Amino acid sequence: MSTHPEPTVLARYAEGDPGLDDAAVWTVESHLETCPDCRARLTGHLTGDTRALLETVAAGIDRGIVAGPAPVRNPRAWSVTGRRWFTVTLAPWLIMTAAMIGCAVLMNVLEPQMPSLVLLLAPVAPLPGVAVAWSRRTDPAWELIAATPAAGLAMLLRRTAVVLAVIMPLLVLAGAYTGTSIALLLAPCLAFTASSIALGALIGVHRAAFVLAALWAAAIVLPTLVTAELPVVLQSGAAPAGWTLVAAVTTGFAVARADLFRRLTSGN
Amino acid sequence: MRTISAAETAPATYAWSVHAEQLKVKAGRHLAVDGLDLRMQNGVHGLLGPNGAGKTTLMRALATVLRPAGGKLTILGQDVGGRGNLRQARRGLGYLPQEFGFYPRFTVREFVEYMAWLKEMPKHTIPGAAQRAIERVGLTTRADARMKTLSGGMLRRAGIAQAIVNNPLVLLLDEPTVGLDPEQRLDFRELLRDLAVDSCVLVSTHLVEDVVAACTDVLMVNEGRLVFQGDANTLIDHGGPNDAGDSPAERGYSALLRRARNGGVA
Ligand SMILES: [Zn+2]
Repeated sequence: MSTHPEPTVLARYAEGDPGLDDAAVWTVESHLETCPDCRARLTGHLTGDTRALLETVAAGIDRGIVAGPAPVRNPRAWSVTGRRWFTVTLAPWLIMTAAMIGCAVLMNVLEPQMPSLVLLLAPVAPLPGVAVAWSRRTDPAWELIAATPAAGLAMLLRRTAVVLAVIMPLLVLAGAYTGTSIALLLAPCLAFTASSIALGALIGVHRAAFVLAALWAAAIVLPTLVTAELPVVLQSGAAPAGWTLVAAVTTGFAVARADLFRRLTSGN
Repeated sequence: MRTISAAETAPATYAWSVHAEQLKVKAGRHLAVDGLDLRMQNGVHGLLGPNGAGKTTLMRALATVLRPAGGKLTILGQDVGGRGNLRQARRGLGYLPQEFGFYPRFTVREFVEYMAWLKEMPKHTIPGAAQRAIERVGLTTRADARMKTLSGGMLRRAGIAQAIVNNPLVLLLDEPTVGLDPEQRLDFRELLRDLAVDSCVLVSTHLVEDVVAACTDVLMVNEGRLVFQGDANTLIDHGGPNDAGDSPAERGYSALLRRARNGGVA
């Protein structure tokens, strides 16, 4: 902090003495900003004119406070957080996915001799949510958001994390209830999520999710339902490690090509 | 009073806020901006041009949401044309797209604060910055109204508020005066002049009068190229008594457009 100005200088400043040059005024003002003591001293030197002006201003402010809008209540922290983490459009898709997992569990209980539907559903369960979380069509403010520094892969991953944070506990519950291997539920789920993002960098996340889900249905789900036998990719043994490897490789690709997610049409 | 960050007072290390050389940008498969050269510094720049001239595509490229198909584009000294990181440039940008979407259930304040958060402003500065932006566009009394209850002109002003919330050094406004009544238009021109003191403002509009009244610099594009850059008086000087238009500026605009269409460059 600079040294306190002389009382005479402070008095001349308060009076608006024209003899005080700009440099001196500036020095006093920059000191006053940091020194409550000198601000208190300054009030002792105020002239009648300045006092009248201050009173007018104070009265004006009081009037403004009375007439103006009421102070805004602090928004609850969770609603702010919620807004930042969820896109508004996500909720219905997550509810639909939860309902499908519930149905799969029910089928498992009713038809225990059939291959586990929960296992067959787990890999594609997060895909509707992921597709909706990153879509120009479902986010009205997309063009605004795409121009912000926060737009890009990090935002997509955060939204994906929200989807997984809902879907994965549901899968764990379903697995525990039906006695299915948790690793065989979660590893494919992560692999498909990461793959849809990586493929999405090239053809759009929406399209990628749809393509992967269709491939899964055609190559695995249908044959399994026909033959009533679980495919090797869903049997314990090497399968969970294989799925984890797929998840790691596709995540690596997405991170390496993060530039593909920064534009208006990126991944859409 | 707002506090001024070190970044704001640091001297600029670039010559032009916006610098494009032989810029090419695609809109779908069509090259909507085709070999455009442009240099802009602080001030209000009005972007004129007929429909389909490439104004919106140019705005989108400058806002960094479209990746140029060719040429060089530098915003605030940062190359934004390639695969590089856009974060630094985007922090200094404000953008109001022509078709501006919003979340109907958000209040104006929530919306502006959300955008401020996405622009990575320091957390403790966001409520104050949002309030100031809302005041500047004259929406103080509607700050806590839900977006779906606003009129067209108010929505436009909310859009301007989110664009200026981060005190951008480059502000891009695509048709910001649509839906504003004449009095709001005057207020808006005042705001533009105020903003242009320390930022580069580019306003795309189809209203020649807006440009003459509020802009220090007029840009005109036709078929994806810059065909004129100069002040409003120079624009007016181009017009002759036989050119189409209700005002000297409109006659100047018609004359320049006719000349560009005939193949010459002004
Ligand atoms: Zn002192």
